Amino acid sequence: MTTATLPTRRDEAWRYADMDGLARLGAGALDQWQAIDVPAGDSVTRCMVVGSDAPELHRFRVQLGEGARAAFFVTIAGGDYTRVEIEVRLARGAHFEFGGVTIGGGAATCEFVTQVTHAEPEATSNQTVRSVHWNTGTGNFLGEIKVARHAQKTDAAQDFKALLLEAGASANAVPQLEIFADDVKCAHGATVGELDEAARYYMMARGVDPATAQRLLVQAFIGDAFVGLEDEAERERLLDAALAALEGAKL
Amino acid sequence: MLEITNLHATVGGGDNPKPILKGLTLSVPPGEIHAIMGPNGAGKSTLSNVLGGKPGYDVTEGSVTFRGQDLLALEPHERAAAGLFLGFQYPVEIPGVSNVQFLREALNAQRKARGEEPLSGGEFLKLAKDKAALLKMDMEMLKRQVNVGFSGGEKKRAEMVQMGILDPAFAVLDETDSGLDIDALRIVGAGINSIMRAPDKAVLLITHYQRLLDVVKPDKVSILADGRIVETGGPELALRLEAEGYDAVMA
Repeated sequence: MTTATLPTRRDEAWRYADMDGLARLGAGALDQWQAIDVPAGDSVTRCMVVGSDAPELHRFRVQLGEGARAAFFVTIAGGDYTRVEIEVRLARGAHFEFGGVTIGGGAATCEFVTQVTHAEPEATSNQTVRSVHWNTGTGNFLGEIKVARHAQKTDAAQDFKALLLEAGASANAVPQLEIFADDVKCAHGATVGELDEAARYYMMARGVDPATAQRLLVQAFIGDAFVGLEDEAERERLLDAALAALEGAKL
Repeated sequence: MLEITNLHATVGGGDNPKPILKGLTLSVPPGEIHAIMGPNGAGKSTLSNVLGGKPGYDVTEGSVTFRGQDLLALEPHERAAAGLFLGFQYPVEIPGVSNVQFLREALNAQRKARGEEPLSGGEFLKLAKDKAALLKMDMEMLKRQVNVGFSGGEKKRAEMVQMGILDPAFAVLDETDSGLDIDALRIVGAGINSIMRAPDKAVLLITHYQRLLDVVKPDKVSILADGRIVETGGPELALRLEAEGYDAVMA
């Protein structure tokens, strides 16, 4: 395999990346794709907690056979640059489920980049990303959905919400839809907001201290991303990792 | 128990704070249920918000002493732990957080602040069940998200269940009767009597109408107008107001 050269910010998919973090990873990291092939009718679930105090890049190429299902649930909680990329190709009637959380302050830049290709009819996909950042932390979701010309009855949804706990933190959403079929449903939405002050005051009026109130509200906010994860222990592991990262956040 | 002396408060900081409370003095001893009535815009809700410590309200003069402590020096959650409960005129919805989780966190945070042991899950559920039954509320509702999808009356009833669980020494109830039908009003009134009628407890009951006072018989009634208490009397004062109106009584 040839060694890739480092991309630049001019590449759409790297527009909000931490270029310094990427340089520290080196071009070699770009070659490392994990391939996951799910045969027709099979199902695969991956749950991951990634991110650390060093840059990380995780790249997946997923092929879904007819009626196959893949679910990815990921918490990015690190202090450095962390990028998770998932490319998915769906055959007829396949389903891709994705739930992602990015959380962090300081120099954390956390990003999910997905490219979901509905190559055949009747496939469905659902992506939910929640980002919580403070200080100068950044959360990005670059989600591309491609629907081939004959992939009728595609149903693809993408939902991004970010909670910024203080000025200086940022969130970027880049939804990209490329639809060539005419009988499809593609929904996408993105919002960026602050913590609900009324809810926080209500909780404090009942005796909940500010840190616990913030934790409960953040937990409720990011919980959306893991609704599709049925394994309760795994769900708790991903949530706990995110909430542990919240400690030390601005109140 | 609660001593309010010459309280002045403004709302909406910045360059143009609006004075609402203009020298309010009021004393509520243990064992007393004290009703506050007054025309719209008199400062009733501001009084409740200032006592709770809601952000956006500034005390510019005067003092509030609660059980010997300077109430205004405490954070909202510290006020709750000191024994103050606020019944909200508009209870806040908190999506993603269940009543059970919220109230257990709240009660245990208060207990921790008072140096008491936390309640176990089982102990808490038993307590919650008792108090829900007292207010004739289905336990299933307590498993739902805080106030989400509750009708106006259900929210007020849920407030009283919260009060029962938290068992405060002093309750400020801001128009708890608004939005209640006649049967719910009786249930809520009986709940207030059952939870708060005690020699070592007291209530500040903010209301517009006599009908709640028919059930929760107040020991004293004060009229709040233009940011001050202008008249204090016994229960007969409320009856006179109901019959004659504020203008006639205050003239």
